[in-house]
Amino acid sequence: MAIVLGKQARWRTFAAHAVMWVFIAITLFPLLAVVSISLRPGNFATGSLIPTEISLEHWQLALGIPYQAADGSLVQPPFPVLTWLWNSIKIATASAFLIVAISTTAAYAFARMKFRFDRQVLNGMLLLQMFPPVLALVAIYAIFETIGTYVPALGIETHAGLVLAYLGGIATHVWTIKGYFETIPVEIEENAKVDGATHWQAFSRVLLPMAIPILMVVFVLAFIGTIIEYPVASILLREEGNLTLAVGSKYFLHDQRFLWGDFAAAAVLSGLPITLVFLLAQRWIVSGLTAGGVKG
Amino acid sequence: MNALSSSLGQGAYSTLPPTLTERLAKWLQWPAAIALMLGALYLVFVIYTTGQAAWAVGLLALFGAGFYVYLSRGGFAWRYLFPGVAGMLVFIAFPLVYTAQIGFTNYSSTHLLSESRVREYLLEQRDAVEDQVLGYSLHASGAEYRLALRAPQDGSPEAAPHWVSPPLALRAGKELRVELAAADAAAPPLNAALPLPELIQHREALAGLVLALPDASAPFRELRYLGLREFGPVKPLWTANADGSLTRALDAAVFKPNRDTGFFESASGEVLQPGFKAFIGVANYARMLVDAEFRGPFLSIFSWTVVFSALTVVFATAIGMLFAVMLNWEGMRFRTTYRTLLFLPYAVPGFISILVFKGLFNQNFGEINAILDALFGVKPAWFADPLLAKTMLLIVNVWLGYPYIMILCSGLLKAIPADLYEASALAGASPFTNFFKITAPLIIKPLAPLLVSAFAFNFNNFVLIALLTDGRPDFLSTKLPAGQTDILVSYTYRIAFKDSGSDFGLAAAISTLIFFLVAALSLINLRLSAKAQK
Repeated sequence: MAIVLGKQARWRTFAAHAVMWVFIAITLFPLLAVVSISLRPGNFATGSLIPTEISLEHWQLALGIPYQAADGSLVQPPFPVLTWLWNSIKIATASAFLIVAISTTAAYAFARMKFRFDRQVLNGMLLLQMFPPVLALVAIYAIFETIGTYVPALGIETHAGLVLAYLGGIATHVWTIKGYFETIPVEIEENAKVDGATHWQAFSRVLLPMAIPILMVVFVLAFIGTIIEYPVASILLREEGNLTLAVGSKYFLHDQRFLWGDFAAAAVLSGLPITLVFLLAQRWIVSGLTAGGVKG
Repeated sequence: MNALSSSLGQGAYSTLPPTLTERLAKWLQWPAAIALMLGALYLVFVIYTTGQAAWAVGLLALFGAGFYVYLSRGGFAWRYLFPGVAGMLVFIAFPLVYTAQIGFTNYSSTHLLSESRVREYLLEQRDAVEDQVLGYSLHASGAEYRLALRAPQDGSPEAAPHWVSPPLALRAGKELRVELAAADAAAPPLNAALPLPELIQHREALAGLVLALPDASAPFRELRYLGLREFGPVKPLWTANADGSLTRALDAAVFKPNRDTGFFESASGEVLQPGFKAFIGVANYARMLVDAEFRGPFLSIFSWTVVFSALTVVFATAIGMLFAVMLNWEGMRFRTTYRTLLFLPYAVPGFISILVFKGLFNQNFGEINAILDALFGVKPAWFADPLLAKTMLLIVNVWLGYPYIMILCSGLLKAIPADLYEASALAGASPFTNFFKITAPLIIKPLAPLLVSAFAFNFNNFVLIALLTDGRPDFLSTKLPAGQTDILVSYTYRIAFKDSGSDFGLAAAISTLIFFLVAALSLINLRLSAKAQK
């Protein structure tokens, strides 16, 4: 813009930066505080926010290594954080794979085929997605209890059951992939079919390799979505060794047993990788946001 | 899949001969399908025989649809759609419908089972026939064991037994019927009886035994395990009648199932535990409106839910939009860095940042109170005082939520043509005039539907409440525990899964109410988006 800047403008810039700095400080305070707390000895707030003495006791406990306290006693890890992390990763990976598989095929049908009620089915799916599973927890619990009496491997307290429960949340992913498929010219697949490829071959050998970027994005989104999911996991998993990180973390901050330092280390350990993945995928997430998705 | 579609889509242009795997798949197609079908039918059958006819029919419909889609020649697109659509129907649509249905029942911890299961349970209850009880002892016989029974008047385990069993392996699990034989005085004597601690180890196996006396004419021929010392005949406490009622053997009192209250009840009003699931009409809904003790907390939770979501959206929008505008200003340096830093709260997993705040706000150990104490000498009770707890929830939620609005606004701001600002600069307008006369009117239309969905999201923001305050502090003197910071979803969770007797029916009724609110919000959302696109 070719605008002549007055004398006021410099003050304005200065004020804007000042506001920015103050607000960024407020925003970052909790995140920086938790890193510092994880390095501070003991589980209680003792004075300074910048630790005067660095101790790795909480990190040791978070990694499952018993810690030798100053008085000689051996402190055992309070919770199996690494088991929880592994449970979370296992469940999220399996769910994300299955979600990508079934939303890709569904998106292919919506993007490339004509069938009766196609608009209605798609709109119905998007509409259903507006009702979060947290509203139907009672029913989900009852359903998995019933499933468990006949197929124990998929019942309450099983990871397979939880993965199954997550397979309903695909509508936004279908929408995202469908949008991407529609940017790929249909002629390429038609040529493949002329050369003798079947429908399935045209889909799996021609279209899918071209759509790998979006499949990876959806995988990351589904992965993060399930790894941070709390409500359904909290009713289907109850035993300590079975929990996911999202469900287990809250036990650190029980009123009668407030393990602030241990929690901080576990939080940084598990939160950092997820945050980094999220920031890397930010570009696509942001473009997906405007399509109507809300952070879950 | 490969073989299925190749048998259909193979056109006249096919040049490649089918590969080995393709041929193999083609041969195995039907045997595999039939095996799957038999497995599915078996599962449906098992469910049906346990009396869950509705579940069996539902599952049969699902399997039927699946097999139809993949084995018939019609509905080609559905082969691609089926897994996704089935997933959504089973795990999103069905739970919604099922929740609504549960809302009309008394399903709760005292009414867990169906009527037929409760009847079965009661019919299994047995009582010992007092004067027919026999003492027993267990004797090792090689790797196996023999039971020796004697009448009470025979006294100690050393006395000669009346009846002995053949050697038994004694494995816990299924019921086992054993024919006893009269003790033979000429036979070699049994080994010494097992002492009590070893007997205890065989308790489960012994409990599964049904011993039959050799005398077929005895009135009580079958003996069951009664304890570590005794076997004896048992008689059922209840007998079933043709009309579904039960008669108590003790006094011939008849208990009829009362399908309004969900209990077996006698004419004199005696009630049997456990109760069964019963359809109770709109009683759960009536409770929200009529029951004064319940209505009070319910209405204040409802209004707090609305206030909470509305204020969150208002504050998050104000802050998010302010920073979006500032970051959009070209005179500002380091914009990318600022944007990334401000985006961070959105990137950190919610369950971690909420718990971090829970620790930071802790009254005694938290860093926030440490700072406030050093600066102003106050230590607010963030979790004990209702108003402070609500304020804290809003602070945390705005922290979590403003980056989302900021990103949305940034995207919308880019779409505003720059020449509008050039014109206003020529006219000498201030930044505030710019914002209120150009920016705000232009982005409010596309932003409105997104704000409505943000409102709907926060209306059901269960994770925040569950992890930060858990609804506390509680209202005093309510029949059902209810928290001052509970929102509707966390309240239903508490009713269903926490301290108050697991009243699934009531929780489901409240959830059904929320469905309608969410549906209404979605409708508004759609209207607003349609308007924005015009």
